[in-house]
Amino acid sequence: MLFYVTRRLLSAVVTVLLASVMVFAAVQLLPGDVATQVLGQDATPEAVAALRDQMDLNRPAVLRFLDWIAGVVRGDFGVSLVSGEAVAGTLWLHLRNTMLIAVATVAVAVTSSIVLGVLAGLYRDRWPDTVISTLTLIGMSVPEFVVATLLVLALSITVPVLPAVVLDEASAPVADLLPAIVLPTVALSVVMTAYIVRMTRTSVIDVMAGEFVTTARLKGIGTARVVVRHALPSALLPTLNVIAMNVAWLVGGVAVVENVFNYPGVGQLMLEAVHNRDLPVLQAIAVVSAVVYVLCNLAADLGAMALNPRLRTGERSTR
Amino acid sequence: MSDPSQNRAGDGGQGAGPAPATGALRRTLRSLTRSTPAMVGLGLVALHVLLALFAPLLTPYSPTANTPDQALLGPGADHWAGTDALGRDVLTRVLYGGQYALVVSFAATACAVALGTLLGCVTALRGGWFDDALMRVLDAVLAIPPILALLVVVTVLGAGPAVIVLAVTIVYAPQVVRVVRAAALGVAPLDYVTAARARGERTLPILVREVLPNIVNVVAVEFAMRASWVVLLISSLSFLGFGANPPTPDWGLMVSENRTAMVVVPWASLAPILALATLVVGLNLSADGLSKAWGVDRVKESS
Repeated sequence: MLFYVTRRLLSAVVTVLLASVMVFAAVQLLPGDVATQVLGQDATPEAVAALRDQMDLNRPAVLRFLDWIAGVVRGDFGVSLVSGEAVAGTLWLHLRNTMLIAVATVAVAVTSSIVLGVLAGLYRDRWPDTVISTLTLIGMSVPEFVVATLLVLALSITVPVLPAVVLDEASAPVADLLPAIVLPTVALSVVMTAYIVRMTRTSVIDVMAGEFVTTARLKGIGTARVVVRHALPSALLPTLNVIAMNVAWLVGGVAVVENVFNYPGVGQLMLEAVHNRDLPVLQAIAVVSAVVYVLCNLAADLGAMALNPRLRTGERSTR
Repeated sequence: MSDPSQNRAGDGGQGAGPAPATGALRRTLRSLTRSTPAMVGLGLVALHVLLALFAPLLTPYSPTANTPDQALLGPGADHWAGTDALGRDVLTRVLYGGQYALVVSFAATACAVALGTLLGCVTALRGGWFDDALMRVLDAVLAIPPILALLVVVTVLGAGPAVIVLAVTIVYAPQVVRVVRAAALGVAPLDYVTAARARGERTLPILVREVLPNIVNVVAVEFAMRASWVVLLISSLSFLGFGANPPTPDWGLMVSENRTAMVVVPWASLAPILALATLVVGLNLSADGLSKAWGVDRVKESS
């Protein structure tokens, strides 16, 4: 057990390291000269030389990477090429704002998808299932920006209840941001729920056909108890993984939705960084996202172990 | 997926080895035609293909020429879905937008699935350190959010259809590798593969003649499923301003262009949204239908 956890932790560290190498390589090594890339084709040679100096481009890439990663470990992500400020400060502020949306989205999406998925699974091929599955299909088939745009049309323009655009600064206090997270959260929850419901439905159907459920029923236990005590824990196992997978998607979805609502989160920061070719900021976001993704997967694996005793024997988890 | 490509997948299976024979193909077709959702899905996709193909015949307008005196018109006899802020016919742009969406998405999906299938099969057959190393690297790629990876590639190489195809391949191939690898691992220990190995055949011939025909159904389902993701991803990229360049008619771009005028001409935003949603619903239903017809588990999907 302990061995297994240690090994998972080690492999998580390796994954994050590899991801940072790749991101670093992608932005630093591929395109001929980074300084020219950043400043554009018609930059003066002096400006390019100055930037090369500032970015330490005259040293070998391997040394630069080691320096950078040593900084990252200490929480120092370098300096933004645009604002000249430390990347870490800006990033944490935006990350805090995005976490507001992410936590709310995961809470809403997981709750509603488990309820809907269990309903659809229990009423398989009857009308509740048909309705839920159809809605799920539509939810899966529209991109986040469409859901967000339609929400703006419905709730900000037709019936103006909620703000269509967030005007707060990134450093606004959390209480000020709370009204602003409603629409982004709804938009992301719709899409995320659609994906998880499918998984929950399938695993509920699988589990309800299992022998232990039949046994529980034959013992005369009521349907509600069978579902909650016997079926649900097993049915939630595969769902956990899908949720963890969805967190990676969430980072991307957040970028689009934050763009629609002008919400000052990581997604917005990322798009700005891409626009301005602010490479240190991009690298920092990539590493932080990779860490979040790996941690979520780790949590899902450990959660699966808690729910399923068979996984505790140190057997290799499915990947 | 449209009918022709689905037949192609079936033919590939028949081509060689102990693949799904004609009987299996017929069974698949029967199962598909009996399932209403699958037929609706394939129908929707086929409709989109036809509309995109015949777009120049279906509309008298140009998708890119500005006519400022006809800007921001509501739906009417001349312009069924109205016009946008530059006076371009919305329906025309939606029809032409299908060309971009279908061609780029198809190319990107094909590349990602082809590369993923090749790597997945090879790594399943080779095993050992190659497999370990590759899976480690793919884990790391998966840890980077797709949209960020796409944006990094597009920033580094510049926007354009070819770059988008490349970027989508990089982002989605790892996920295809995992699925195909799992399927190929199920085939690899079977007797006919062992026999081929005993005959001294090399990895590539074994892959093409023994393994591939037996996982062609997994690959086809993966293709249909992946295609729906790719359409969504590419349209999101365009929406964010990193995909198609104006004035290219593209659905994601259209939504972002016409969003500000949504109060005046809602159909300028709603028409591309409808087109996008129906195409993806069609792809999703087709993927569901194919996976049911072939008994391939479609649930193991990720972002």
